[in-house]
Amino acid sequence: MSALPLSVPRRHRRGVRHTLDVRVSPYAYVAPFFLLFCAFGLFPLAYTAWVSLHEWTLLDEEQTFVGLDNFATLLTDGYFWNAAFNTLSIGVLSTAPQLLLAIWLAHLLNRPMRFQTLFRISLLLPNVTSVVAVVVIFSQLFGRDYGVINWVLSWFGAGTIDWAAGTATSHIALSTMIMWRWTGYNALIFLAAMQAVPKELYEAATLDGASSFTQLRRITVPMIRPTIVFVVIVSTIGAMQIIAEPLLFGASSGAGGGAVSGGPDRQYQTLALFVYEQGFTKFDFGYASAASWLMFLAVVLVAGINFLLTRRLKGGLG
Amino acid sequence: MTPRIRRLAVPVLTASLLALATACGGGGGDGADTAAKPGEKIKLTVGLFGDFGFKPLYEEYKKTHPNIEITENVTQFNDHHNNLVKRLATNAGAADVEAVEVGYISTFTAQPAKFHDLRQYGLDKRQSDYLDWKWQQGLGKQGGQLLGLGTDVGGLAMCYRKDLFEKAGLPSDRDEVAKLWPTWEQYIETGKKFAAADVAGAKFVDSPGEIFRAMVNQAPTGLYDQQDSIIVASNPDVKKAWDLSNQLTSEKLTAKLAAFSPPWNTGFAKGAFATIICPAWMTGYIQEQAKDATGKWDIATVPGGSGNSGGSHLMVPKQSKHPKEAAELIDFLTSKENQAKVFKEEGTFPSIPALYDDPSIQNFTKEFFGDAPIGKIYSEAAKALKPQHLGPKEAEVRVVIGDGLGRVEQGKQTPDQAWAQVLEDVKKIK
Repeated sequence: MSALPLSVPRRHRRGVRHTLDVRVSPYAYVAPFFLLFCAFGLFPLAYTAWVSLHEWTLLDEEQTFVGLDNFATLLTDGYFWNAAFNTLSIGVLSTAPQLLLAIWLAHLLNRPMRFQTLFRISLLLPNVTSVVAVVVIFSQLFGRDYGVINWVLSWFGAGTIDWAAGTATSHIALSTMIMWRWTGYNALIFLAAMQAVPKELYEAATLDGASSFTQLRRITVPMIRPTIVFVVIVSTIGAMQIIAEPLLFGASSGAGGGAVSGGPDRQYQTLALFVYEQGFTKFDFGYASAASWLMFLAVVLVAGINFLLTRRLKGGLG
Repeated sequence: MTPRIRRLAVPVLTASLLALATACGGGGGDGADTAAKPGEKIKLTVGLFGDFGFKPLYEEYKKTHPNIEITENVTQFNDHHNNLVKRLATNAGAADVEAVEVGYISTFTAQPAKFHDLRQYGLDKRQSDYLDWKWQQGLGKQGGQLLGLGTDVGGLAMCYRKDLFEKAGLPSDRDEVAKLWPTWEQYIETGKKFAAADVAGAKFVDSPGEIFRAMVNQAPTGLYDQQDSIIVASNPDVKKAWDLSNQLTSEKLTAKLAAFSPPWNTGFAKGAFATIICPAWMTGYIQEQAKDATGKWDIATVPGGSGNSGGSHLMVPKQSKHPKEAAELIDFLTSKENQAKVFKEEGTFPSIPALYDDPSIQNFTKEFFGDAPIGKIYSEAAKALKPQHLGPKEAEVRVVIGDGLGRVEQGKQTPDQAWAQVLEDVKKIK
């Protein structure tokens, strides 16, 4: 008799613990990420917004509140828009050919062949190379006087190209470096998606006499469309953040002037490099923060557009 | 020992230095401002840009100070100074001894609270050793604290390739060469003759940037007036230097190689230019880059009279855990004997005038430069020096002008367009 009243509260207690477990545990499990995100993502974002409203110089003890002045100056700053244009130009020049190349590479590797793993792993090699090494080597290849590329071009009677000096040429040089690093990586993602496409489709297409290229165009691409959209989003965001390549290119190509200005005419200064120049060589943190915030808004905008596109482009054979 | 990768490996070094220095900042003993106990091991870090020729001196210092271990962190010129600003602002990561070049010295002497006053360690006793203006540069902007002790000065000369001059049919003897260019206009005339001879693969000068710098440094006032206002727009000497530098470009006398870039280094090895502005510290650099060119280089006087270009100070940041030992090390590194040693080894010229008439300096020659009497040349350059006031954002203004010269050199703008943009950019410098 006495066991029953005792066991009820115990069972009841276990019930509370159980409900707590069910309700709270999921939050506890995801908490580490969100705590880290708040500390290293949300807080810097908010603090940057706060800084952007001030005249904030690194070595000065005092910071004066200036409201939206930094943003107003920024929107009329020709160098900011120049950097925005360069970012867009380098982004398009590197992303578009890169994705086509990656799909084509993945398509080739998707067929049965010898040493398959070896080829697939070697795709990733450029990506694990340090960006510093990549840029230093490519800067030498693109050298004006002693560069291999100009040497090869001279066989065809092309004059000496000063790659770092021109706007278009420097963008091509930088896009090449970016493509070299990321094409293989994206190809592997495409390859993974292609493996999931049912083999029967290809068999049927082969029986119908469709060429390899037709199969790529009519079967593979439609079937991996969600992956393509994903890769486009990631690449776009990556393109917004290009900084190491132009910075190091400036330091090692001998184009003159400060490396942070992206050439003497700012011909290849990207947005991220612009922020770096303002913040870490001029120490104008208020201005740099305002620029970062505009960049952040641009990324949100681009991601939003991509999201809308994703919703429209559903996978599968259309 | 040979730091030939120091310019190329900029980013790698920056990153590793950052990591290293941060680690050191967190590491070292906690007893700030307290003298070390006898026998206690002390680690001192020295932050430099480029090779100061100090390494043999550390070894020597260890013999008399066995408890002190010295680590040297070398970063590229701009990175070094920018990093120092960041580390001072965040109160972490600075080395115990930091080198600061004159282009940046005013930035740091305007922040006396961030550095130790070296007078408290008795280093004001060294005042009588120094060139007066060099000493003044190391003082705090307010209150006259002693913040930095000078290492070298950069008296100007002109280095030239004897063999290329001969090929171009120009005189190659250094006295004859000096007579070719008493003024910058005559220097350009000589350049035209050199260009007319069309020596394969060689231009007259590396780039207009360093020439501009030299011309401005020779003027009584440069980019700043005594009140620390930027006078680029109104100083006729700056405009004249700008015009003459661009004339080098328009006459196609430059190899379009920006100073300290990897292609510039290659240019030394390949003999891509026949002359280069040559402050004393540059001699060590040339020797290192043009290894196979022993005897081909020589040194003549610079057009337009003497001026200073470069030179550094050593400072002790407040965050140093061992300021007393750091100050002692500075005293040692900048001593009369050691400045003489470093000059003979690395080429950086002493800031101690008593050395200038010293026979060991006066008679010092270097085989690499065709046994040129470099001790004598730079002594005279240093003695004739008229110091110029340098402002707090000196380096930033120079970058803006350098970019302008670069735009003209790359054919993007006419000199007038570039000048207009330079003035706009200078206005934005706060």
